[in-house]
Amino acid sequence: MAAVTTSTERSLNKLAIVGVLIVTMIFLAPIYWIASTAFKPRNLATTIPPTVLFQPEISPFVKLFTKRSQLRTAPTPEQYAAAPWWERLVFDGGEKVVRSGRGEVQWSGYPNRFMNSLIVAITSTVLAVGMGTFTAYGFSRFKIKGEQDLLFFILSTRMLPPVVVAIPMFLMYRVVGLNDTHWGLIILYTAFNLSFSVWLMKGFMDEIPKEYEEAALVDGYTRMEAFFKIVLPEAATGIAATAVFCFITAWNEYAFALIMTNRRAQTAPPFIPSQVGSGLSDWTVIAAGTFLFLLPVAIFTFLLRNHLLRGMSFGAIRK
Amino acid sequence: MAHIQLKNISKTFGNHIALAGLNLDIADGEFFVLLGETGAGKTTTLRMVAGLEKPTEGQVFIDGVDVANWGAAERDVALVLQQYSLYPRYTVRENLEFPLKPKIRRIEPDEIKTRVDRVARTLRIEHLLDRKTDRLSGGEMQRVSIGRAIVRKPRVFLMDEPLSALDAKLREALRTELKNIQMNLGQTFLFVTHDQIEAMSMGDKVGVLNHGRIVQTGTPYEIYNNPRDTYVASFVGSPPMNLIDGKLVDNRAVMAPLNFELPLPVGARTIGATDGRPLVFGIRPEDVYLESGAPVEARVHDVENHGVEKILTLRVGDAMLRATVPARTDVEIEQPVRFAWNPDKVVLFDKGSGVSLRHAG
Repeated sequence: MAAVTTSTERSLNKLAIVGVLIVTMIFLAPIYWIASTAFKPRNLATTIPPTVLFQPEISPFVKLFTKRSQLRTAPTPEQYAAAPWWERLVFDGGEKVVRSGRGEVQWSGYPNRFMNSLIVAITSTVLAVGMGTFTAYGFSRFKIKGEQDLLFFILSTRMLPPVVVAIPMFLMYRVVGLNDTHWGLIILYTAFNLSFSVWLMKGFMDEIPKEYEEAALVDGYTRMEAFFKIVLPEAATGIAATAVFCFITAWNEYAFALIMTNRRAQTAPPFIPSQVGSGLSDWTVIAAGTFLFLLPVAIFTFLLRNHLLRGMSFGAIRK
Repeated sequence: MAHIQLKNISKTFGNHIALAGLNLDIADGEFFVLLGETGAGKTTTLRMVAGLEKPTEGQVFIDGVDVANWGAAERDVALVLQQYSLYPRYTVRENLEFPLKPKIRRIEPDEIKTRVDRVARTLRIEHLLDRKTDRLSGGEMQRVSIGRAIVRKPRVFLMDEPLSALDAKLREALRTELKNIQMNLGQTFLFVTHDQIEAMSMGDKVGVLNHGRIVQTGTPYEIYNNPRDTYVASFVGSPPMNLIDGKLVDNRAVMAPLNFELPLPVGARTIGATDGRPLVFGIRPEDVYLESGAPVEARVHDVENHGVEKILTLRVGDAMLRATVPARTDVEIEQPVRFAWNPDKVVLFDKGSGVSLRHAG
C-alpha cells in the first residue's frame, strides 16, 4: 500500500519532532553548561543571569594542568614578555605558574588522576568483561550442579549498597596493603561489575545457537578454538554493551575512590571536587576538568554505538 | 567410509528418557534413514554418533572400534542440520574452507582451494562463493551446508532433517540431489527425518523410532508392506494404513463392533490367527477398491483430489476408512458405494500388543 500521509499526520509528525527536540535540549543542557563554563573567562562563570555569548578561552585548561599561586604584585613587563603564551593567560588571571628551582613547570595533580582513572577503568573493564564472558559461556553451555543457586549467588553480590562495605573494605585493604594502589581499585571495580557482566553476557550467550559451535567441534576444532572463532564474534554485540556499562560504572565511581585512595592511585572523580576548596573556587577550572573527564566515556560509547543499539534490544537479535 | 553400530544405547536427561536400549547397525556405504516423530530420540541418536552427546549406557562403534572416549573432532563425521548450519559472518567460501582448516588436518592452501572449487561445482553454487551466508535463500543455504560436509571427505555423514525447513518443490529437488551425491560418494549416510516420504524415497534402509526404541528396521519396501506393529503401520504411508478392529471367523474378517465381513487369504489361519481372537486388520488405502458388487456398503464422507488419484474417506457406521482410487472415479460426498479389499494385502495385528502376527511368529 502506498503511504498516504494526511495533513493531520504531518502536523503530528512535526509536533513529535518538536517534542523530541525539547527533551534533547533538557538532557543536553547540563552538558552544555559544563562545556561552556570550561571555556569561559573566570569572571563570567558565575554571572547571573548566565552569560551565553562570550569569547571562548583556553585559560581554564592551562590552569587545570598547572600548579599556580596568587600573584602579590603584577608581573613586570619583562616577565610578561618572556613568558610563553599559556603562562600569560595565567598572569592575566592574577596568578602565576609555580616553577621549580631549575625553572621547570610544576604540573597540577589532574593529569596523573586522569591517567589513574584510565588505568583503573580500562583494566577493570577488561577483567570484568573477560571473566564475565567466560563464566557466562560456561553457565550457558554446560550443565552445572546448582547452576541456579550459583547464578543467584553471583547476583546477590549486587544486592547490598556498596558503600555499606566501604569501611570493612578499607580496613582489609589497609592490612593487605592495597590502600591507595591501582590494583586495589581495579579489584574492587572488577568485583562490582562482574556480577552484572556475568548476567548480561549469559543473556547474550543463550541467544547464540549452540549449533554453531557444535558444527565447529564436529569440523575438527577444539572447544577453545570454537569459542574464539565462532562464539566470540557472535557475542561481540553483547561484549560491547557490557563493556560500556562496566566502563561507565568504573569511570564514575566516587565513594570508594574517595575512601581508598588519596594520592598515588587517586582517580579523577574524588580529585575534581577536592579542588573546589583550595584557595578561591575557580569554577572554570572545575568545569574544564569535568569536561575532559566526560570525553573518554563519550568517545567509547560513540565508537560502540552500533553494537549498543543492538545490544539494548537483545532478544530481538536476528538469527 | 564406515560401519556404524549402536549397542544397547540408553540416554536420560534428568527424568526424561530419550533413548532406551537402542540397537542399530548401519552398513558401510548405506543410506540409513532414522524415521520418527518429534521427540522420538532421532536427534539424540545422531548427536551420539557425532560425539556431541554421551550415552548414559551402551556403546557406539565406528568400524568396530568403541568410540566412547573420542571427541567430535576425532570421529571424523560431518553434520548437516536443519538450521544454524552455516557460520554467520562468513562468506560461502569461508564456510566451505572452515572444515579444512583445523590444526589437526593440515591441508595445504592449494588443496583447500581445489577441494572447495570442486564441491562448489558439484553443488552448482560457484556463483555464490563470495556471498555472505545471510544473503542466501533457504535452498542455497542447505546446499552450502551439504557442501561443507562433503568438502572434508568424512567417514560418515550425519544429517538432521536437512530438508525440513525448505518448501515442497525445493525439498523434492534436493532429495534427489542428495541421494545422487550419496550414490556417487558411496559413503555411509545417517539421515534423520520425521517425513516418511523422505525416508521411503531416499533410504536404503529405514529405522522407525518410537519413544526411544527402534520399532522396526528394514528396506522401505519391508517397512511399508510388512509393518511390524500398528505404530509403524499408521506412521508410514500417506494416507496411513487403515486399522480396523475385528476378529477371525471362518477365514473371514468380521469387524466388530461394525459387523461387516470381508474375505481373508487362505493362509491367515496358519500364522496364529485363531477364530475369535481379537485382532486389528490393517489394509493400505490403495488395496481398498470400489466395486458395484462388493460385499460392504459405505458412504463417501470426503473426497481429496490429488490429481493422479483421489483419496476417499469412506464411512461405515462410525468407522472411517481411506481408499485411494483412480482420479477418474466419479463419486460425490454422501454417495453410497460398495467396497472390498485385496485379501492378500491384509496385515493382521494382535489387538493387545499391536504387533503383526507375521512378526510375532
